[in-house]
Amino acid sequence: MRLAVLGAGAVGASVVELAADYGHSVTAFADSSSAVVDSDGIDAADALAAKRTDGVVGSDDPSDALSADYDVLVEATPTTLGDAEPGFGHVRTALERDRHVVLANKGPIAERFPEIRSLEAESAGEVRFGATVGGAMPVVTTIEDVGPSRISAMRGVLNGTANFVLSRMAAEGLDYEHVLAEAQDLGVAEADPSFDVDGTDAALKGVIVANVLDPDGGYTLADADVDGIEDLPGSMLELAKEDGRTIRLIVEFADGQVRVGPRLVPENAALAPAGTRNAVQLETEHAGQLDISGRGAGGAETASAVLSDVERLES
Amino acid sequence: MSDAQTDVRAYTLRLELVDEPGELLRSLRPIAEHGGNLLSIFHERGNVTPRGHIPVEVDIEATPDRFETIVDGLRDAGINVIQAGTERYSEGMTIILSGHLIDTDLSDTLSQIQETKSATVTDISLSAPAGASDISSARMKLATESGSTEEVLSVIRDIAEEKDLRLVEPLTTGGAE
Repeated sequence: MRLAVLGAGAVGASVVELAADYGHSVTAFADSSSAVVDSDGIDAADALAAKRTDGVVGSDDPSDALSADYDVLVEATPTTLGDAEPGFGHVRTALERDRHVVLANKGPIAERFPEIRSLEAESAGEVRFGATVGGAMPVVTTIEDVGPSRISAMRGVLNGTANFVLSRMAAEGLDYEHVLAEAQDLGVAEADPSFDVDGTDAALKGVIVANVLDPDGGYTLADADVDGIEDLPGSMLELAKEDGRTIRLIVEFADGQVRVGPRLVPENAALAPAGTRNAVQLETEHAGQLDISGRGAGGAETASAVLSDVERLES
Repeated sequence: MSDAQTDVRAYTLRLELVDEPGELLRSLRPIAEHGGNLLSIFHERGNVTPRGHIPVEVDIEATPDRFETIVDGLRDAGINVIQAGTERYSEGMTIILSGHLIDTDLSDTLSQIQETKSATVTDISLSAPAGASDISSARMKLATESGSTEEVLSVIRDIAEEKDLRLVEPLTTGGAE
């Protein structure tokens, strides 16, 4: 397949880097201000080096990438809320051109799912978004395999930064500010970690899962009940620990409601992963609880989920 | 369904014992004598009521008839029966509250939870690392009537909101609902 990759952050860059390994070529690659387009396939190493040294991926205009020759548009621009632009516009353009779309950007699926589905219905292209939930973990595809109607609930730890902060606070008895600063030093937390610690990022993933489990629900971020872990007192984690429990930022979808907040879980539970790991538990009709865990973020991890989605388009 | 008078049911008895040797054994005798089946005893030895008594919670199984006889037998023996519930506190739940717990009257918080009638606070642990006037946290174990967890949580959420406390709820993972 020929891929057009929009977004040159950790995920977009990794897709460009790994595409050849998966047997695909990249015919267009763009960040917010520049692009490189070549219908015979761009030189991935050159483009990535240019991004690192000059801050641009090439000398073309970003809009050239959108109109280039490609089979699959990989939307990996930063997640935006509300109208989810420019991501949503990119998806629309590709579908109107009867091209497939694979998203790593959560915005369009979390905020405008019904519109995406109706654009897809009009198009010969297909939309896949497994990379938006849980990075490398096969959450969306597992739900598709089991069957959304046979799953009554989803509970998960879907934000590695928040999980890192909570597990370090519990293990070391350190306070919130201290651990957050440490996470920023380690590159686990971004300079502005608001979306990770206030629950927004986990909520977006919960909303996406809700849209998969209940396709007519039309869930958006506004429907989610969201609480974060900011300034959580260390004494809460201490009291939990004394009782063989711990606190995790849990996203839950059950009975038509998406809910995110710190919750008490047994210390050794499947939903109490350590460090930046993520975990998801599906409540299935015939098979009890199904647990998935793994790396929920990271460039190569998320890119591998994008490329798996591209493979699914071929089959 | 089955005959209500011969149907064995679970009951919770809350007793307050005088702090003297042999009192616990003495309180259990009427239960055994009148055909009650002892399920569990929660003896809060370190906990003393304002009157200097020791609270004890006893779960038993008995038919409704026998249960009445047991309660009468306890009272005849001079045992202080605080509550002889027909309800069964069958589900345990742990929550953690944090905030200005002392300044917002912790005992009032506890009374409000007890007033729900479907829950009883069986254990509380307090952590106030920066002193009583600063942020403190409390872990509470509650016994709730089966099926009333959500109702009890919603009362606690209201209390937490009203007193500006942070509440961490337990995650209930299926099966238990």
